[in-house]
Amino acid sequence: MTEAAGTEERGAGRGAAARGLIGRAMRGDAWTVGLVAIFVALFVFTKLLQPAYGLDALAIASLPVAFAAVGQAIVVISGGIDLSMGSVIALTNVTSALLLMNAPELSVPIVLLVLLIGLGIGVVNGVLVVVSRVPDIVVTLAMLFVWAGVALLVLGSPGGGSVPWLRELITGTLGVELLPRALIVLLVVVGVVWIPLRRSRLGLSIYAIGSDQLAAFRSGVNVARTKIVAYGLAGLFASLGGLSLTASTGVGTPIPGPYLLLSVAAIVLGGVSLAGGRGGLLGPIVGIYILGLIRADLGFLRVEPAFSTVIQGVIMVAVVMVGAYLTLRRRTA
Amino acid sequence: MTADATPVRTRSLGTLRSWMRDRPLVPLFILLAALVALLEVVQPGIVGPSFVSNTMRFAVPLAILAACQTMTMLTGGIDLSVAVVASMTSYVMATLVGDVGWLGASLLALIPAALVGLVNGIGVGWFRVHPLIMTISMSLIVSGAVNVYARMNIAGGTRVPPEISWLGGQDLLGFLPNSLLVFIPLAAIVLVGLRRFGYGRLLYAVGDNETAARLAGVRVGNVLVVLYVISAVLAGIAGLIYAGVIGSVTGRLVDPYLLPSVAAAVIGGTSIFGGRGGYAGTIVGALILTVLVTLLTVLQAPEAVRQVLFGAIILAVAAAYTRITEES
Repeated sequence: MTEAAGTEERGAGRGAAARGLIGRAMRGDAWTVGLVAIFVALFVFTKLLQPAYGLDALAIASLPVAFAAVGQAIVVISGGIDLSMGSVIALTNVTSALLLMNAPELSVPIVLLVLLIGLGIGVVNGVLVVVSRVPDIVVTLAMLFVWAGVALLVLGSPGGGSVPWLRELITGTLGVELLPRALIVLLVVVGVVWIPLRRSRLGLSIYAIGSDQLAAFRSGVNVARTKIVAYGLAGLFASLGGLSLTASTGVGTPIPGPYLLLSVAAIVLGGVSLAGGRGGLLGPIVGIYILGLIRADLGFLRVEPAFSTVIQGVIMVAVVMVGAYLTLRRRTA
Repeated sequence: MTADATPVRTRSLGTLRSWMRDRPLVPLFILLAALVALLEVVQPGIVGPSFVSNTMRFAVPLAILAACQTMTMLTGGIDLSVAVVASMTSYVMATLVGDVGWLGASLLALIPAALVGLVNGIGVGWFRVHPLIMTISMSLIVSGAVNVYARMNIAGGTRVPPEISWLGGQDLLGFLPNSLLVFIPLAAIVLVGLRRFGYGRLLYAVGDNETAARLAGVRVGNVLVVLYVISAVLAGIAGLIYAGVIGSVTGRLVDPYLLPSVAAAVIGGTSIFGGRGGYAGTIVGALILTVLVTLLTVLQAPEAVRQVLFGAIILAVAAAYTRITEES
């Protein structure tokens, strides 16, 4: 579908192409700006409902799934999808909790080791996708079972421990209420990894293979290596999600949480095209915070949890339907 | 294969490959036979009438759910709401059975299933929402709705009627589960329908090249709406049968079958990108997965090892199958 739209734009001449490009950039920004506006409105509404609720509570609760959404967004931009995200988070969560309980004095090397493990797991996923030539969705579906099984092998039941500095790192605010530490950690980590990458050749390649793999290959992009890097980064962010889970809960839980569903929902909400090649990381992060606020609001309004799941689902369906409808209108207009 | 000279061996291997490419079911049957043989080696005497009936009894609901995946995957889609729809149907049936009898309850329970399919289809077909997102969101809504319904229905209780238990849990002649009475006609319709009926061919056409199908006058949106309704109704039927297999229901009864249903279709050789595959392979895929689960249970592997092996084997089979059948 995106290909057809691209061809039309190309055919309409250079001026139209330039206008299309500017229009697309503005539309991309407009989407994120709209999301931020929705977020602010929701936050004000939440404050009216429950004046004690602060941004820091939201930021801590959303940290693991925000990392998951960032990792998922990178893979989806590269044209793949990582269904094993939840399992990898569970695996790094239990590994870090187990190691930190046994050797709290070695906490810094342990954190680095867990990040390395996450990167390694992601690279394994990527290599399997490249080598097996099986579609991404099938490979990561199979690896979902594998990593979940390994997590159970590491820790059979919830347990393990954490160290205080990890918790302090993400709890509270930096003076002002609008600067919760968990948000700062998220933005700093994502910024340090993503901003230099996006400006590099490799980052461009990630967008290129997601947009049109064959065209990217013919322009000399090493498709296999780029894919492996994208999955590696997803693994790295999954391990950050696992570590923040260890930090905020203080234990390791071998059963994967609903991170897959939430991360995919957030990236769609955040304007990343599931067809690949489009979108950024800011949108998905705002998307995660919006979903978190909705959940919190439904709690404050004393909506039954089961009913609140229904409402969240309806909101998601409505958002994606409106989004898809707008795309459709744009294409036919 | 046994020839000593290398060139001869390569040629015979090449011939074998092209022979298998023309008959993609053969390697699947070989794998199934190998798994059964391995099972017999691990635990001599296990393969017998009761093994056959047990395998088929658990494979039937899985194969029906995998039919949903096969058909949606043929159009380049996927239906991740099948498991929750199946759970919902079995649960609703079990709450209604006291009032309207088993047949009425079953038919009534299929109505919400069809409605879920209709919403899926409208989202995917008319609004062009990505099928993955649409069906994941719908499963969120359905599982929440089932919980709300269960909360309202605490006093009512649930009961699996004897007719459904007979269908799911008992055998004809000692080795043919009664659920085959439903499954064989159903599978025949899907098998013949995909190859011979106009609608079945439309699914291949849409999955192979949607633009070409549209230009040829196919109303792609409507084809997809009907497809997702069919998929949801099939999922509901699978849920009813599975309730009979287990003999009791919960609101999440069939949920663990979601990923295996995708795996069965993939192992069976249906391409997730659409346009290629068929239901025969999927049925064998469902049998393979069921035997595999039995094998892992017999080996008394801990749950963790079982999951790792399950995932690894799915991946290995999918990769091997891609290599054997892909056009060189």
